[in-house]
Amino acid sequence: MTDRVRIAIVGSGPAGLSAAARAAQLGLSHLLIEKTDHLSDTIFKYQKGKHVMATPSQLVLRSDCDFEAGKRESILDRWNAQAAEQGVNVAYRCEVKAITGTGDPIPGSIQKIVERKRDGTTDTKEIQRLAPPYRLSLSDGRDIIADAVIMAIGTQGNPNLMRVPGADLPHVQYQLDDPAAYNDEHIFVVGTGDAGIENALGLAADEAQGNAVTILNRSTEFASAKAANVKALMAAAETGRLSIMTEATTAKIEPGFITLDSRDGEVKLKCDRIIARMGSAPPRAFVESCGIEFTSGDRLAFPKLSPVFESTAPGIFVIGALAGYPLIKHCMNQGYDVVEYINGNRDLKPADEPILAAKFAALPEKKSVDQWLEFLRGNVSILEGLSPLQMREFMLDSEVRAYRKGDLIFEKYDPGSSLFGVAQGQALVEVSPTLNVPIDQGSIFGEVGLISGRRRGATVRAGADSIMVEVSRTAALKLMSSNPPAKRAITRISTERQLLQLFGAGLTPADLTEVLDTAEIKTVKAGEHVITEGDTGTDIYVIRVGSMIVEKKIGGKNVFLSYLPAGSYVGEMALISGGPRTATVKATVKSEVIKLNGDAFARLMAAKPALLERARRDMASRQDVNAFIESRKDSFSTVVDMYSETAKFLVDNGIGEATDVLLIDEHLCVGCDNCEKACADSHDGLSRLDREAGRTYAHLHVPTSCRHCEHPHCMADCPPNAIHRGPDGEVFIDDTCIGCGNCQRNCPYGVIRMDSVPPKKPGLLSWMFFGQGPGPGEPSKKWRYKNAEPGVEKPKKAIKCDMCSGIEGGPACVRACPTGAAIRVAPEDFLTVARLDREAN
Amino acid sequence: MATQLSGKAPRRARGEVLHDGFLRHAGFRWLKAATLICILSIASYMLVDVTPRHNGGSWYGYTMGTIGVLLILWLTLLGLRKRAMTRGRWSLKAWTSAHVYLGLSLIVIATLHTGFQLGWNVHTLAYALMMLVILSGLFGITVYATLPAALSNNRAEMTQVQMLDAVRAIDRQLHDAAQPLPHDKAALVRQSLEQDPFGGTLLSRLSGRYPRCATAKAQAALRHWTGDQPDTGNDPLERIDALLERKQAMLARLRRHLRLKALLEIWLYVHVPATFALLAALTAHIVSVFFYW
Ligand SMILES: Cc1cc2nc3c(=O)[nH]c(=O)nc-3n(C[C@H](O)[C@H](O)[C@H](O)COP(=O)(O)OP(=O)(O)OC[C@H]3O[C@@H](n4cnc5c(N)ncnc54)[C@H](O)[C@@H]3O)c2cc1C
Ligand code: HEM
Ligand code: SF4
Ligand code: SF4
Repeated sequence: MTDRVRIAIVGSGPAGLSAAARAAQLGLSHLLIEKTDHLSDTIFKYQKGKHVMATPSQLVLRSDCDFEAGKRESILDRWNAQAAEQGVNVAYRCEVKAITGTGDPIPGSIQKIVERKRDGTTDTKEIQRLAPPYRLSLSDGRDIIADAVIMAIGTQGNPNLMRVPGADLPHVQYQLDDPAAYNDEHIFVVGTGDAGIENALGLAADEAQGNAVTILNRSTEFASAKAANVKALMAAAETGRLSIMTEATTAKIEPGFITLDSRDGEVKLKCDRIIARMGSAPPRAFVESCGIEFTSGDRLAFPKLSPVFESTAPGIFVIGALAGYPLIKHCMNQGYDVVEYINGNRDLKPADEPILAAKFAALPEKKSVDQWLEFLRGNVSILEGLSPLQMREFMLDSEVRAYRKGDLIFEKYDPGSSLFGVAQGQALVEVSPTLNVPIDQGSIFGEVGLISGRRRGATVRAGADSIMVEVSRTAALKLMSSNPPAKRAITRISTERQLLQLFGAGLTPADLTEVLDTAEIKTVKAGEHVITEGDTGTDIYVIRVGSMIVEKKIGGKNVFLSYLPAGSYVGEMALISGGPRTATVKATVKSEVIKLNGDAFARLMAAKPALLERARRDMASRQDVNAFIESRKDSFSTVVDMYSETAKFLVDNGIGEATDVLLIDEHLCVGCDNCEKACADSHDGLSRLDREAGRTYAHLHVPTSCRHCEHPHCMADCPPNAIHRGPDGEVFIDDTCIGCGNCQRNCPYGVIRMDSVPPKKPGLLSWMFFGQGPGPGEPSKKWRYKNAEPGVEKPKKAIKCDMCSGIEGGPACVRACPTGAAIRVAPEDFLTVARLDREAN
Repeated sequence: MATQLSGKAPRRARGEVLHDGFLRHAGFRWLKAATLICILSIASYMLVDVTPRHNGGSWYGYTMGTIGVLLILWLTLLGLRKRAMTRGRWSLKAWTSAHVYLGLSLIVIATLHTGFQLGWNVHTLAYALMMLVILSGLFGITVYATLPAALSNNRAEMTQVQMLDAVRAIDRQLHDAAQPLPHDKAALVRQSLEQDPFGGTLLSRLSGRYPRCATAKAQAALRHWTGDQPDTGNDPLERIDALLERKQAMLARLRRHLRLKALLEIWLYVHVPATFALLAALTAHIVSVFFYW
């Protein structure tokens, strides 16, 4: 059976639903095609009762469906009712399997699909695009012919399915909504990532449910899960709450039974339910097969779109999260706009127009938003390749400012991870008190902070009356992933500048040409060696991202020599004094290094005696460290061992990627928890640290508290971009958090929690003298419940340590420790031989 | 060392990481200050000639008394400082350091204030209470200096809640394992299950000895029954024995934990109430001096 419609809308999330509602209002023939049996599956799958937030608040909503902040249930009910009222045609339980043109081949329009295989090789397929109308093949066997297609399938993708006989039986499920819903069952969880482990723990948590839960692992380790989850799982298994079967894979599924291939051969076990959590495949492959091209091969890339969301397949439009707009309001506005456009309305201004207008309002000249966008695009070289739509999106995450000559843009040691582009005028970098390096119109600066996540290396002022674009880290990363030329330009400039800064003022960009031409950027996995002791080689490595440790074998043991943060270089010893490498350098976290060719560097040093001098000095101080350790080795071998072990422990616990971390000296900690209380009392009554939990080595305890990572994992996937690096280097979450919990899942150290602000407590004195309120620290759940403002629902948001930014005096936990056990340190300060020297005395 | 382009936060002074505890704070700054105060006090006591003899009522006595009272009031404020999380560059460690050493100097100041005239009156009561506060404080710094490392070793990265969870988890297994047992034996196991890990007298808590521990009893009784039977490997009693063994080990760790924590806290239950008693006695002492002299 084949139906014909004007517009087919794939996916009924906020984007697709809003599009369908507009089509219904305009009386256009349409069909909203949804894979599941309900609308808006992503929101449907939120936790029960989740408070859905409507950010950005300044953005007006333009849709035929209502949306305001509120409970998940009320939003979904409202949408269901409105879809019915407005006569939206929905086809439920239909997955679109393929979309192909039915018209003539479009001359010159060939889609190249690059398929990456597991072994690293690629396969390129070419498909000739055909003109609309399109044929959509649905999973129920139907075909739909449509003039225009709106793709709004979000980014969830499809869960990876089990591929064994019986995998299609109804008791095999790929999601677990409510662990409390199952009782007295034999349940097998397949998949050992965080989702699987969390599900298994959830099912086994309440013993009264009487479930016998087994988690299957095809290997013996749980490499892809967070350490905290693995620990909890092991603890649960140890206490007999669930079982773990390692080296076991599923062979067959039958009603009531599962057959496993295990070390002891095939076993058949009783099984009422299988929960398979084996990750999901992103929808990219399907989207590409429809003729839609992506901006690059990068994992983070989005489809290539015109200003009106049209993809490279004419007549197929992409909106919503799939187009790179994960906020519900954006999704809904786009649904409306795109249908208006398809219906011939060409004058509609995008709904984000007022936001952009506000960004440009403070600039000295008056231009329209489009003119400003064009001005920036034309004047800043890295923005050249952007489409007008990308430019709009880019500006939403960026700022533009006018500076007068001499105005400060940022200061040395300021933290900051944004990148600046000079759209007009000039910037002056104060390399030394006497030397200013100009950066001219079109170029960029500030890129080191963006790449290494460390503090600014120099003060920058405006050299003339200027207009600068400040590109947030997120926008810059998006730009680099969607625009390969921009990425190359930023990389080259940043490498050049990094070398200039690192090797001192005497060098000019021209001197570096040869070194740069032979330079290579290499990614190094955690634990991988960059330099191995005893090897030959003269290349020099500059750490661009991440950090390294230097180790040396002394008396058969690896002794820790030093910690190198991003921005350091190594390898000069072999080059200057010849001979094999004297120590091993390995990455503590996934890092990036710039490999400089040794011969080219040697020639540079020969030409520039100042550089040679500089390198010699650095080498001498490193040799001192080596000699010092060697000398201590005999007299204080236990101290040296202890120092190495402690360094190793800290690195294993993420200190290698930290910029600032709370440590507790358990020689001094009396367990009064005043640090936790102080934290709560300085932050709306919620503590951001769990003092007692966490790892300990040699009485050095790393509590569960944010490490303010150099490259925060938590920032990776935050729909409203609510996570930033603040003025003191702290990673913090702002008010626009929508409580989706992505950051909590992404932080490998388990330091983010989701909670709502408790009611205000009576003052300290009323507690001391009249016993009012719960006293210092985080109020108990009971007190919070009893004193909650009736009828007011407070959303749960992500909270974590913000290093007490903005609080004079600095971190409350440290100030409030009566014995001096709590300290905050940067790893490079802490992992130094100075400590060893002192401990030896 | 490593060459870096980015500098350090100006907010953190170099070397701060080579941290000190409250006793060594800032190179024993407050120990030095307190020693100086004591020396000055003793020297002036010797040098100043008060007739007929040193007493609290002389101008010298009044001076020492005023210093003492102000010091006591300031020492009391530590309780407030500890809990008022105001902004600003203060550190509780520095406060504690000063508190300890200046508190100790009170021994000299107050004793000199009395002119060694003690008797059975409200004045001496205030003095005695002060000494009680100070002695408890001394006990406090002793435990603060010696127990934290033991606390850390004992918990082996477990939190108190985890220890409790571990005990409960063994309890659940015990419960299941005890199902096939005859009534009287099951009753013993049940007693172990019903035992509150936090129960026990204060004395038990502080000494770490629990002579009436139901788990220990259950295990002893069990061993008595199974003593002359050979191990078969599938007797439920053997499994229960093993579980009780594990529970005992876990309980022992929990109890050591609670004992250490109790020792680290118990003295405050003398220190703080005695402080308030001292303040009351001090008020009575001052009022009586000025109004009923
Ligand atoms: C836990 C969580 C909390 C969040 N909280 C908020 C919040 O408070 N505020 C906010 O603004 N944003 C929030 N977000 C983000 C927001 O929910 C999503 O970005 C948004 O739903 C994306 O909308 P969409 O219409 O593009 O796609 P989706 O909502 O993902 O909808 C896609 C639909 O397409 C269907 N589909 C997929 N493939 C096919 C196919 N081949 N054929 C047919 N149908 C298909 C799916 O079943 C689904 O129903 C949150 C996200 C998460 C994960
Ligand atoms: C008359 C003298 C003293 C008075 C009035 C006094 C009063 C106090 C008060 C009110 C507190 C706060 C307790 C709390 O709220 O938790 C305190 C804490 C403390 N005192 Fe004293 N004190 C005195 C002398 C001393 C001395 C001489 C010592 C040490 C030798 C000492 C050591 C301590 C310590 C270690 C703390 C605990 C700090 C903490 O854990 O927060 N005190 N004292
Ligand atoms: S929350 Fe986690 S990932 Fe984010 S900065 Fe802190 S420790 Fe790193
Ligand atoms: S801060 Fe965390 S919970 Fe909040 S919106 Fe961002 S990712 Fe989601």
